[in-house]
Amino acid sequence: MDRQKDVLLDIQHLHTGYRLGGKFYDAADDINLTLKKDEILAIVGESGCGKSTIAASIIGLYDHKNTKVTGDILYNELNLVGLNENLFDKIRGNNIGMIFQDPLSSLNPLMRVGDQVAETLYYHTDMNEEQRHARVIELFNQVGMPKPEETYAMYPHELSGGLRQRVVIAIAIACKPEIIIADEPTTALDVTIQAQILDLLEDIQRQSHSGIILITHDLGVVAETADEVAVMYAGQIVEKADVKTIFEHPLHPYTRSLLNSMPQADDEDAADLHVIQGTVPSLKNMPRTGDRFAARIPWIPASAHEAEPVMHEVEPNHFVRCTCYKEFHFKNEEGVQA
Amino acid sequence: MWKTVLRRFLIMIPQLIILSMLVFLLAKMMPGDPFTGMINPNSDAKEIARLRQVYGLNDHWWVQYCRWVGNMFHGDLGQSYIQHVPVASLIWDRAVNTFWLSLLTVLLTYAIAIPMGITAGRHQDEWQDQAIQVFNYITFAVPGFVFYILGIWLFSFTLGWFPISGSVSASASGFWGVLGSRLYHMILPAILYALITTTTIVQYLRTGIVDNKVEDYVRTARSKGVPENVVFNKHILRNSVLPIVAFLGNTITGLLSGSMIIESVFSYPGMGKLFLDSISQRDYTTLTALILLFGILTLLGNLISDILLSIVDPRIRVK
Repeated sequence: MDRQKDVLLDIQHLHTGYRLGGKFYDAADDINLTLKKDEILAIVGESGCGKSTIAASIIGLYDHKNTKVTGDILYNELNLVGLNENLFDKIRGNNIGMIFQDPLSSLNPLMRVGDQVAETLYYHTDMNEEQRHARVIELFNQVGMPKPEETYAMYPHELSGGLRQRVVIAIAIACKPEIIIADEPTTALDVTIQAQILDLLEDIQRQSHSGIILITHDLGVVAETADEVAVMYAGQIVEKADVKTIFEHPLHPYTRSLLNSMPQADDEDAADLHVIQGTVPSLKNMPRTGDRFAARIPWIPASAHEAEPVMHEVEPNHFVRCTCYKEFHFKNEEGVQA
Repeated sequence: MWKTVLRRFLIMIPQLIILSMLVFLLAKMMPGDPFTGMINPNSDAKEIARLRQVYGLNDHWWVQYCRWVGNMFHGDLGQSYIQHVPVASLIWDRAVNTFWLSLLTVLLTYAIAIPMGITAGRHQDEWQDQAIQVFNYITFAVPGFVFYILGIWLFSFTLGWFPISGSVSASASGFWGVLGSRLYHMILPAILYALITTTTIVQYLRTGIVDNKVEDYVRTARSKGVPENVVFNKHILRNSVLPIVAFLGNTITGLLSGSMIIESVFSYPGMGKLFLDSISQRDYTTLTALILLFGILTLLGNLISDILLSIVDPRIRVK
């Protein structure tokens, strides 16, 4: 029961489909995930695998005309799927904070950055103007902004990318949300700044005990910060485990391929970096039956795949889709054997 | 902020000098001189040569230019070749007429264009937007004079709601009577003219809204829990009016050049009509003064839009 208490967000059978030429295609297909307090849950995958779609579904920011969301996203007994917009506005920014990928474009160019942070407070607290100002300065201090007072009156174009991302983070944490969704928060930043921002996120999480959903394609970021990891491919979660297991005993062919395609500094044969054959299928051409990754590992016999791959709990809290992991080997390994 | 305005003012000075030189030299290059129009068969050629000397027409061009500019500062724009009255007074009466017509047109233009642009942008690709697009294609494609003549035919000739031409009725008396009559004469040209000029503004605003709607900062605003109507008015709309503000100077210039057509069609005694009349009568002094004036108004229009833009857009302020 205690375990249940700590659950902040419980996603059950989430399907998010986009309308393409009159038909809906699921970009997120039957997603089951839970986010607990004090936890950083990383969702990893290539571009177009549906990870940002999950974020948009949670926070309810999608084109309502051309998107179909079904399933349950439970937050404190409240189902966020199909939630009334007025009610959702009270949750967004207040209980769920969001950090976006590109700090260059995610701030309004015509508003002073301090006012952009204060705007969140205006809608979710009954602070007066002075209190809001003081809180923004406090937040700027918390996110490590040099000269918070001067920065308050600056416009986004006057700040560097790293500082702008700190403003975006200040907006996200202004109302001390229980859940923070960070959608590729470091992708647009310099490597040196990346590390600072990740440290900042971890600090915030330690102080506030909130749960963070970290969406990224960068396995380095995952290794550094995440507690739990969900690996996604073509709209589905293919493997889910804690971070140690994912890096030490990855099972699903896709996870193993991803890890194998990471450059290793100490690797003697760094020249032959693993490349995953083919490309991610587009939303329209995505196979809807069978193992979606099968086409990219054609040397594995079809018999190894399940007809309708499901998640198997191979050890406690380690889930893998399909049974093909049992027969999977890399192509060049086969070559060596032969 | 004030630095931007000051800098912008300083930039205008060389622009004005170059403009006035160009206008002056163009006028100099035209055939004839002030006496050409006054010559009568009995004039003595020697006398004319003497007058040319007296009036300094044999001086270096830059001496003449400086004199011309000096006179201008005293409000002396020269004599009209044709009407034999001071150009300044000739232009003044017309300028007042054009000013009021343009002002009314600008106000009507924005009063029509802004709600239309917002509706089109907000309801992108829905029936409201499509109706506005159709309207825009028509007003953009139909030449102004056709549109105006159709307007006169329908509203003045057939329905008899508005006067066909002129700027004030001869029978109007008293301050309010004259004012009312002037306004009455301006309404139809101003409305028709405004409908033509709305097109660009509607398109700019619509495109601005459609583009800004999907911007990341709008998503950020929504993620803060800002209600949708505030997101639209505070975040989307404010960013979408920037092109219109930048375009304001152009709108003013456009009004001046457009005034030639509308004033001719409505026989409205303004600067545009004076300009066309001066061309056909080869009234070079008036023409020179008008070109200079149009040039100055263009520079002023750009100045105003730059100042307004620096008020609404922090990115272009000089630090």
